[in-house]
Amino acid sequence: MPLATLPTLTPALPEIFLAIASMLLLMLGVFSSEENNTRTVSYASVLVLIVAIPFVGLVTEGRTVTFGGAFVTDTFAVYIKALVLVSAATAIIMSKDYLKIQGIERFEFPVLIVLATLGMMMMISANDLIALYLGLELQSLSLYVIASFQRDSARSAEAGLKYFVLGALASGLLLYGMSMIYGFAGTTSFDTLANIFHDAHGHVSVGVIVGIVFMLAGLAFKVSAVPFHMWTPDVYEGAPTPVTALFAVAPKIAAMGLFIRVMVGPFGELGAQWQQIIIFISVASMLLGAFAAINQTNIKRLMAYSSIGHMGYALIGLAVAGTAGDAALQALGVQSMLIYLGIYMFMNIGTFACILLMKRDGRMVEGIDDLAGLSKSNPGLAMILSIFMFSMAGIPPLAGFLGKLYVFQAAIQAELYALAVIGVLASVVGAYYYIRIIKVMYFDDPVDELDRGISLEMKAILVVTGVVIVFFVFYPVPLLTGAESATAALFHK
Amino acid sequence: MYIAAVFLPLIGSLIAGMIAFVAQGAVRAEDTERKKRLDLASQLITCGAMLLASVAAILVFIAVVVNGQNGTVELFTWVDSGSLEFSWELRGDTLAVLMVTMVTVVSSMIHIYSIGYMSHDGSIPRFMGYMGLFSFFMLMLVSANNLVQLFFGWEGVGLCSYLLIGFWYDRPSANAAAIKAFVVNRIGDFGFALGIFACFFLFDSVSYDTIFSEAAAKSTATMNVFSGEFHALTIICLLLFLGAMGKSAQLGLHVWLPDAMEGPTPVSALIHAATMVTAGVFMVARMSPLFEYSDVALTVVTLIGASTAIFAATVGCVQNDIKRVIAYSTVSQLGYMFFALGVSAYSAGMFHLITHAFFKALLFLGAGSVIHAMSDEQDMRKMGGLYKLIPATYVLMWIGSLALAGIWPFSGFFSKDIILEAAWGAHTGIGQYAFWLGITAAFLTAFYSWRLIIMTFHGESRADEKTLAHVHESPKVMILPLVVLALGALFVGILSVDYFVGEHTVEFWKNSIFVLDTHKALENAHHVPIWVKFLPLVVGIGGIALAYLMYMFAPELPKALASGFQRTYQFLLNKWYFDELYDKIFVKPAFYLGRGFWKAGDGLLIDGVGPDGVAAAVQHLARRAAAMQSGYLYHYAFAMLLGVAFLVTWFLVAGA
Repeated sequence: MPLATLPTLTPALPEIFLAIASMLLLMLGVFSSEENNTRTVSYASVLVLIVAIPFVGLVTEGRTVTFGGAFVTDTFAVYIKALVLVSAATAIIMSKDYLKIQGIERFEFPVLIVLATLGMMMMISANDLIALYLGLELQSLSLYVIASFQRDSARSAEAGLKYFVLGALASGLLLYGMSMIYGFAGTTSFDTLANIFHDAHGHVSVGVIVGIVFMLAGLAFKVSAVPFHMWTPDVYEGAPTPVTALFAVAPKIAAMGLFIRVMVGPFGELGAQWQQIIIFISVASMLLGAFAAINQTNIKRLMAYSSIGHMGYALIGLAVAGTAGDAALQALGVQSMLIYLGIYMFMNIGTFACILLMKRDGRMVEGIDDLAGLSKSNPGLAMILSIFMFSMAGIPPLAGFLGKLYVFQAAIQAELYALAVIGVLASVVGAYYYIRIIKVMYFDDPVDELDRGISLEMKAILVVTGVVIVFFVFYPVPLLTGAESATAALFHK
Repeated sequence: MYIAAVFLPLIGSLIAGMIAFVAQGAVRAEDTERKKRLDLASQLITCGAMLLASVAAILVFIAVVVNGQNGTVELFTWVDSGSLEFSWELRGDTLAVLMVTMVTVVSSMIHIYSIGYMSHDGSIPRFMGYMGLFSFFMLMLVSANNLVQLFFGWEGVGLCSYLLIGFWYDRPSANAAAIKAFVVNRIGDFGFALGIFACFFLFDSVSYDTIFSEAAAKSTATMNVFSGEFHALTIICLLLFLGAMGKSAQLGLHVWLPDAMEGPTPVSALIHAATMVTAGVFMVARMSPLFEYSDVALTVVTLIGASTAIFAATVGCVQNDIKRVIAYSTVSQLGYMFFALGVSAYSAGMFHLITHAFFKALLFLGAGSVIHAMSDEQDMRKMGGLYKLIPATYVLMWIGSLALAGIWPFSGFFSKDIILEAAWGAHTGIGQYAFWLGITAAFLTAFYSWRLIIMTFHGESRADEKTLAHVHESPKVMILPLVVLALGALFVGILSVDYFVGEHTVEFWKNSIFVLDTHKALENAHHVPIWVKFLPLVVGIGGIALAYLMYMFAPELPKALASGFQRTYQFLLNKWYFDELYDKIFVKPAFYLGRGFWKAGDGLLIDGVGPDGVAAAVQHLARRAAAMQSGYLYHYAFAMLLGVAFLVTWFLVAGA
């Protein structure tokens, strides 16, 4: 056997493209003139990310494995990767003005986002514990750096450091869990693990179970689910706002994708074992997301709790997918979750675009009170932010309502009534703080006006996301069919 | 092309809406020039969009009706969930395309008229935006190919009517009228929604094609309602008709329509002619394959229709507000359309709907022109002698009134004639009932129309000097649309009678209207005794003569009659005391109930448990949850490890 047979590279084409492109982008940054190299690299990065989307889309159906079974591409990966690429690209677009205002225009910023995206895509396509870890770490390391990108600011540095230390702890937990599983099952490959557990008919040793729990903890950290959420509010508040916008969307979606792949893939047969944990995490996240946000005054911190809550709702889908022995129901769970994540992406991008427009006298402001009277000074922005807030609160007929509807329906089908009821109650409590923002904008006495003037890119982002949220009810088909074919890839091997 | 006809009004309306709510919000109050420019932009865009839409609609009409193409356009799938599956679709049969054409043409005339009429208003873009949206929802309603899309349009026009009736939201009476319209419609919509559910229950589908093709097979099916077995199609039809009664202001649910006068006059014209009230008539015609199998439902439709026709006509005779007279005439004419539907003469009902759209829009806009001239005076007792001052409006009002009264050769003559003949031709007791009430109502219609004309335009002027000095003919932008509508009122009837109900009726309607072979009213209508044919015209002329007698030649006669028959006069003047009755039966008790709930339920129970109970607890919880967030790294790490430890323990204990 020759030592160096080259594995098939085509399935990993988008990743390879991004890897090479990120190197080139670095070169571009170094060798272009100092004045506007950030601008150039930013645009080039966005271009790279957008070009990567058709590369990803090359997979139309079926499932391809390569690198000795460690890497997999299928329609599931395509769906999640498309969401991740779109959100990463918009994060770069949205960062442009912010970086200039804060005086931290460095061309490494977009490159780091591209690298993080590469890591996310690798973990979405992971089909082996080691590959999973590799992707996860590439992503995390890039994110630690950009969290503290504004290194002159104590808050930003603190956020980065906190994220790094806790992230390292979570990685440790994850690795520990993996080693337990390897020790007791004897393999790191997802496919082999799935076969082993399939043959065991749900009877596995305690070691494997403990391993799964540790892995769950590590993954739950990445999606900031309770009780592994503690880093989220601090990091969201401290990190530069475009970074927060990125954190709230791309890594969350990628980690959720990984979560789904791991849970219904290798551990799919063990649903009875882990379903309870997911239910617990989901309920705790929904409740904490609803309650803890109420007293917040900083809008970024509020969004942190909001995203914790949203992850709780999305996890309902995963809990449904843990129903042992009913493939149709499992598929329904995953599908509802994927739809939820898609809608979540649009709502969050739009909201953060609004937050990034909160400037006064050329400086960024983050207080909810700063929005007072926005309906007078900037009615358009106030209206669109209201749309996002109503959607987040789950008011029909906006997309956010339908996303919740799908996951709750799945929960009802799986007879997880408690989950659905708690979910509805939590969204009632959560509606308070979303609608409070609208109240502040429309009914409170105006404070000093926020700066006017919205750049063309921001306008485009706001309009596109707003239109998606409002008109989703009339034309939901693309997202639904996307989620459906993505789910099909997981359940028909 | 069809898509353009339906969606152009939406696009125009959205742009106007953007101007109203975004662009104008940013304009400073003193910058009047910029505001004017925005006003003009919104007017041009919405009117242009409507005009283009009507051109597109006419082209579609030619393609579908004249050239016989199937114009159905499927836009995309809307819902596909289990057996519930339907798309956004535009149905391309004669009935739908006819309505689309009528709505776009009449609506674009009203749009143009509004430029002049609303020129002094402060929020023109908002008005134009609402008007366009109103037209769009109506188009959505008529072009639907399934019940859910129909319902979408149905609720949409309800919403827009609310917005437009309450357009001058600083007037309490306008707000009250808007709420009344909305609530009364809601009652009908409730029945309508139940009807749709029942349809889905029976047919397992909401798309027209499935429902219509299976109607015959299900014609004997029964349905369990409140633990009694009833004929399923009758239940469905009655529920759907309840919706139609609400939208089309039929007796019982008519109370909102006269109050809807609170909106600006173009809105009244839009509601009364092109959109909204015709929806009920259209829906029953659309659902003819279901109604045909339920004699009970048809009888109810006839009964309500005929009673409405006479009721509204009697009330119209004593009203003094110029718009109110026309409003009651609409209710009355809708009654005609319904009893035509009830005797299975759907095409006659639709014919009257189309001709009525033209002359009613003409009458309303003409009345608007009068009001405009009289500095917003609407009381006819304060008018008189205006024909010399505003001759163009005078002539146009004559044309509209002649059409309304059903005088040959105006449009109304043909459609009203065929309806009355069909009622006679039904050869049933209920048909006779409808016929005789219809004849009486035709007499009264002619009477109150000329009462309006004489009180407004003839005799001594009763207006004060100041108003009189300001009287002026309306600008061209208001008169020209009226001329177009007048041409419609003059020629639509005589030109199209053969297609709607005459010898070409089969190739005109194709399969869009379904009539059982045993229901021969329309066929018999062409073979009625000669006196039946001429009676409507005779009573029409009689009504006009009586009006001349009472208001022109013997002006003291009405007063004498009113005081002589005080009771009857008061009864009519107060609209048969419907409002007072509803107030006693529904509104007052609802207020008492509401007050009770508020004081006891809300005040004691909810506030007690809520803000002081649950909400306080939530606040407390929120503080606790936030307090966990200490900011210290080791607390966070500790929480994570605690979490893992907890989960592992749970597993080992619970799993074992």
